[in-house]
Amino acid sequence: MASHGIKDRVAIIGMGCTRFAEHWDKSLDDLLIHASDAAFTSAGVTKQDVDAYWFGTAQSAMSGIALARPLQLEGKPVTRVENYCATGSEALRQACYAVASGAYDSAMAIGAEKVKDSGMQGLNAFPVPNDGTSRTLTAAAMFSMVAPAYAQKYGVDRAHLKRVLARIASKNHANGAKNPLAQFRKEMSVDQLCAMPVVAGDLSVFDCAGVADGAAAAIVVRAEDAHRYTDRPLYIKALSLVAGNGSGLMDPSYDYTTFPEIVRCAEDAYAQAGITDPRHQLAMAEVHDCFTPTELVLMEDLGFCERGTAWSEIEAGSFDLDGDLPVNPDGGLKSFGHPTGASGLRMMYEAWLQLRGEAPPERRISTYGERDLALTHNLGGFPGEMVSFISILGTSLG
Amino acid sequence: MRGILSWGIHLPYRRLDRSTIAAIAGIGGGKGHRTVASFDEDATTMGVEAARRALAPVPDIALGSVWMSTVAAPYFDKTNATTVHAALRLAGEVAAYDTLGSVKSTLGALRAALSSDAPALVVASDLRGGLPGSGDEANGGDAAAALVIGSDSDGPVLAEFVGRGVATEEFLDRWRTPGDSRSKLWEERFGETRYAALAPIAWKAALAAADIEVAAIDHLVVAGTHDRANTSVARSLGVRADAIVDTMAATVGNTGAASPALLLSAALERSRPDQLIALVVLADGAEVLLFRTTSAIASFVPARSIATQIAGGGPIAYGKFLAWRGNLTVEPPRRPEPPRPSATAANRARDWKFGFVGSVDTDGEVHLPPSQLDAERRPMAAALGTIATYTIDKLSYSLNPPVVFAVVDFDGGGRLPIELTDVDAAEVEIGGRVEMTFRRLFTSDGVHNYFWKARPIRDTAHTAAVAAGNEES
Repeated sequence: MASHGIKDRVAIIGMGCTRFAEHWDKSLDDLLIHASDAAFTSAGVTKQDVDAYWFGTAQSAMSGIALARPLQLEGKPVTRVENYCATGSEALRQACYAVASGAYDSAMAIGAEKVKDSGMQGLNAFPVPNDGTSRTLTAAAMFSMVAPAYAQKYGVDRAHLKRVLARIASKNHANGAKNPLAQFRKEMSVDQLCAMPVVAGDLSVFDCAGVADGAAAAIVVRAEDAHRYTDRPLYIKALSLVAGNGSGLMDPSYDYTTFPEIVRCAEDAYAQAGITDPRHQLAMAEVHDCFTPTELVLMEDLGFCERGTAWSEIEAGSFDLDGDLPVNPDGGLKSFGHPTGASGLRMMYEAWLQLRGEAPPERRISTYGERDLALTHNLGGFPGEMVSFISILGTSLG
Repeated sequence: MRGILSWGIHLPYRRLDRSTIAAIAGIGGGKGHRTVASFDEDATTMGVEAARRALAPVPDIALGSVWMSTVAAPYFDKTNATTVHAALRLAGEVAAYDTLGSVKSTLGALRAALSSDAPALVVASDLRGGLPGSGDEANGGDAAAALVIGSDSDGPVLAEFVGRGVATEEFLDRWRTPGDSRSKLWEERFGETRYAALAPIAWKAALAAADIEVAAIDHLVVAGTHDRANTSVARSLGVRADAIVDTMAATVGNTGAASPALLLSAALERSRPDQLIALVVLADGAEVLLFRTTSAIASFVPARSIATQIAGGGPIAYGKFLAWRGNLTVEPPRRPEPPRPSATAANRARDWKFGFVGSVDTDGEVHLPPSQLDAERRPMAAALGTIATYTIDKLSYSLNPPVVFAVVDFDGGGRLPIELTDVDAAEVEIGGRVEMTFRRLFTSDGVHNYFWKARPIRDTAHTAAVAAGNEES
């Protein structure tokens, strides 16, 4: 039993991404057509050239038909996948494995979510018939428990930590302000953010990801075929997934300052990619900043800094666009909102742009030209019970 | 010898200051406080709490039946007593019955329990109210009381049933048409006159049946919905003035169908061995039950005394009381309404959902909810816990926002993130101690979603410390 990974066996040859926004005038079909067309154009292929499709959507549609119908695909295998907030990433993972296996020469992973048709704020899960005993707490409230736990464990004053969390939001808003695809394009200062009224624990609405509609897509082929399509493919270095068993919710030793599923997932991903020093080997990371305390803890769980130091590293600007390791250079969930099925592929789209030098100069990562690996990360669920996905992507083989 | 083996009561945490009513309703109100069931309580959940306390001193009792009496039935057609039965984790061979609809229902349940051949649990629970500004609203109270009835072969009898007198008569004193939220009253004097005439008939019959003189009565309880008649009848029966048991009008209110059992419990709590207790119920006639305490009552300690519970209340604003009772329509949560719980899923998970039973794995770790992979079950309803961390959620769907939510570590193992109730957000603290309480989370499609919440443990010492601003660290 082992996790071998498929390092350097599959490459992304084209990507597309819609603007993330409250697309009152666009349906799920519109978003799918837009993202897939952009990916086809990017790769220089047609929908007939792509052998198989994996379609990630958490709850905007069911079955592969929901992609085959709007794209008018003819006799193609289309699979709908869902894995909480890792749904879009999961679509890519399946598409990559299908190509790596030799079953298909090419595949598309596409993720989309039409969130803003519900009439309600926030993300609202499908009600699965149940015994009525499960928690009805919002994700914001579940993640809000991280902040006081972290403050207590590492001796950080809670008011001080609130400014650290605002610093995370401020950084991501600053990055998003430069990005034409982002939902929110306004810079927010730490003082402005700290003045917002709280909605869950110490968190304000501005500590939470936005809510937007969006779609993103990638086309993958075997690595050895990649240069038939592009001079600058993005190679898959690692794909790792861990689904937690919920033990954190029941384990009295769990202290809400770490996400064990992420730690396991990172170990696996780094082993697959051969990374030993993520802080200095990675050129950038797109992480799942669903709430500001999440990004705080992720810096430690992903090995970007030592335990108990993320708060000071964040204050020092280590993860800024011009920092040591830029994190969420596109603006993150904070600026993009979180159309569940699309987010994972949106993160990869940023890696696609940045590593290949296509991000415009004003928002180019500080590490460009020096390092050539990017990490993308999703989590879905709550502290104590989550799925974690990590990909490592790179521009060169080996 | 047959009689009372144990009792337990539940007074909801919230107390409405009657003097706050008139400022908003324009009329009504009065002096003192009344108890108010929480937004997540109903007659069934309050009954469960009282029953748990009644069974705590007699954990090994082999009940034959459980009887639930209320005017505020959460369900018709479906038996409410089976929910109580499930929450108490009673065996399938224990019968469960409702006696519903009037104050007298409680006497019916008591009569059945006293005349049955196995131990019986009588649960009397009620929520009382009326239109804003009404006397019923101000003078009513919410409470539950439970009595374990049995014979000396079942355990020590604390108070032996020694006689009964009945005077039934049809007359219109108060009434409520099914579906109405309030009762209507005939001219008060009429009912008072009828009770004044009927009470002595039942009284004499009971004394004769028990072969007792009036002077021997040590504790007299008069229960019924007609407060004036209760007072005048109590004074007219010829007992010593100090034998009349306080009806708790100033602190609890008139608790309707719960009142016969609640006031009988109050009499039992103040009784010494070999004393006579008379319970007079004025409801569509008069009925008198006589009990004689035994030496066993001297060593009986109720699970949580009435005095403790009266002292342990917290305030509720009149506006919130109105909203909880459906008399003030407030903006609903802007979140999807929760779906109705699945009947089949609830049935499969009944040990967990109603009984709060977890499981233990081979490493000794407690699983909440239980895992199908574990062989050992672990009842957790009586476990106490400590708040490991908590949060306040202003976004989540709730009938009483904000949701106060805590990660609770239970003594003896087990952790559960769970909603807190009977709590003000500002008083929650890490390290705070909690106990489990059976509640109604929400109602969807008419289905009441019952499950457990945690609530702060409040004893008088703790309450006094809080009042003095000396919250223990």
